[in-house]
Amino acid sequence: MSRYFTEEHEWVDVEGDTATIGITEYAQEQLGDIVFVETPEVGATLEQGDDAAVVESVKAASDVYAAVSGEVIEVNEALEEEPALVNSSAEEDGWFYRATLSDKDELSDLMDEKAYKAFIENL
Amino acid sequence: MSDNTESLKQLPLGEWHRGLGARMVPFAGYEMPVQYEGVMAEHIWTRTEAGLFDVSHMGQLNLSGDGCAEALEAITPGNLSALGAGKIRYTLLLAQDGGILDDLMVTNTGRNLYLVVNGATKHDDIAYMQAQLPDHITLDHLEDAALLALQGPKAGVALAKLNIKPFEAGWPVPTDLYFMEAGPFLWNDVPLGISRSGYTGEDGFEISVPAEHVEALAIALTDLEEVRPIGLGARDSLRLEAGLPLYGHDMTPDVLPVEANLNFAFSKVRREEGNFAGAERVLAQYPDKAETKRVGLFVDGRQPVREGADVVDNSGNVIGKVSSGGFSPTLQRPIAMAYVPMELSATGTAITVQQRKKQIACTVADMPFLPHNYHRKPKI
Repeated sequence: MSRYFTEEHEWVDVEGDTATIGITEYAQEQLGDIVFVETPEVGATLEQGDDAAVVESVKAASDVYAAVSGEVIEVNEALEEEPALVNSSAEEDGWFYRATLSDKDELSDLMDEKAYKAFIENL
Repeated sequence: MSDNTESLKQLPLGEWHRGLGARMVPFAGYEMPVQYEGVMAEHIWTRTEAGLFDVSHMGQLNLSGDGCAEALEAITPGNLSALGAGKIRYTLLLAQDGGILDDLMVTNTGRNLYLVVNGATKHDDIAYMQAQLPDHITLDHLEDAALLALQGPKAGVALAKLNIKPFEAGWPVPTDLYFMEAGPFLWNDVPLGISRSGYTGEDGFEISVPAEHVEALAIALTDLEEVRPIGLGARDSLRLEAGLPLYGHDMTPDVLPVEANLNFAFSKVRREEGNFAGAERVLAQYPDKAETKRVGLFVDGRQPVREGADVVDNSGNVIGKVSSGGFSPTLQRPIAMAYVPMELSATGTAITVQQRKKQIACTVADMPFLPHNYHRKPKI
């Protein structure tokens, strides 16, 4: 399994043709207490860069963009009851959704962990 | 507002906030702390213990000269000439058309009027007041004074530990003050102006202190076990729960006081006199003849509605707007303030908000969303 990162602070785990997507530890830290996550509909077809989800903190709403194109096949229903999972476990239990990958070439636009670490250090 | 940090002014406590690990953001032209440990924890701390807020960005003004209260009444609807020494009034600065230019606290110090206005509007307020007030009235901007707010049920217990003395022997100490009273005090020979007031719905104090002494005072307060520093994020969620409108969001120059649901800011005397800026237009709406009104909303479900979201009717026509919205840490549910048609403003009315193409069901709620916890003077 490979993990990729975007400049919008999402992580993408790729296993075969399936991607699991969430926001990074850095992103949850910046957002603060998360009180609601609006996940995409199962069956929705997202193009890379589309609005995929909304994450709401006490104070503000932030859009989460589709890191890769594909069809949503599963969403993390645990977030409905416990949105704070994104704070406590952003890069594991706080995942947002899974999608099929319709264009694997898009992954070459993304960063690996080392590149992402360097990216956030320069912010 | 620019987010170019080089153009932002620094508060006297700027370095202190950064040293405590605050996340700093641009606000009202200053670099200000939005949070330290987190909005939720800071909010709950203030509701249960006591929070210290740096509100030094706000404008502190002294108004002096014969008849300054009557003069200020020309541009506010408050009964300021009847304000006793040591008493505070919340009022509105009105444009000539009655639109709201700012909201402010006015204290009669016994010698002059002391005003606290919003940070983002202070320079415009000063220019407007200077243009409107007679020449013999003097307006001083107290730019060398910082302002701290200590808010929460333990604010009085905490402040009492600081050994703050009356300004003159025999005068009251700070904890003798009731809600909306103020006085002069001394702390290690530093003069303090302390008001029992605030904008969180809790008991608490606002403390005007010379800028060169504010860090020592902030350290002395946060060294107390009851007190933690609180950022702007929690300040906003606290005032929202308390039903208190925020200037620039819930009140603007395009809104008249009755529309903003601020009828309590008019005294009967001033309504009858009808001699303040925009009075004819403003009083034509009094008490409930405006077409729209600011109300509180309980939002169904868990997703907050935010400022700028549309209020819509059954056909999807836009009939109002959300002016503030967020998640209530105390109630653990989203709440909001919105402008809705007067006929939909009664408590319990169903309201629909449209946000990012999604319709969200809301219900008009009484404000404050939580009971205020002020230290009021007992009624005899």
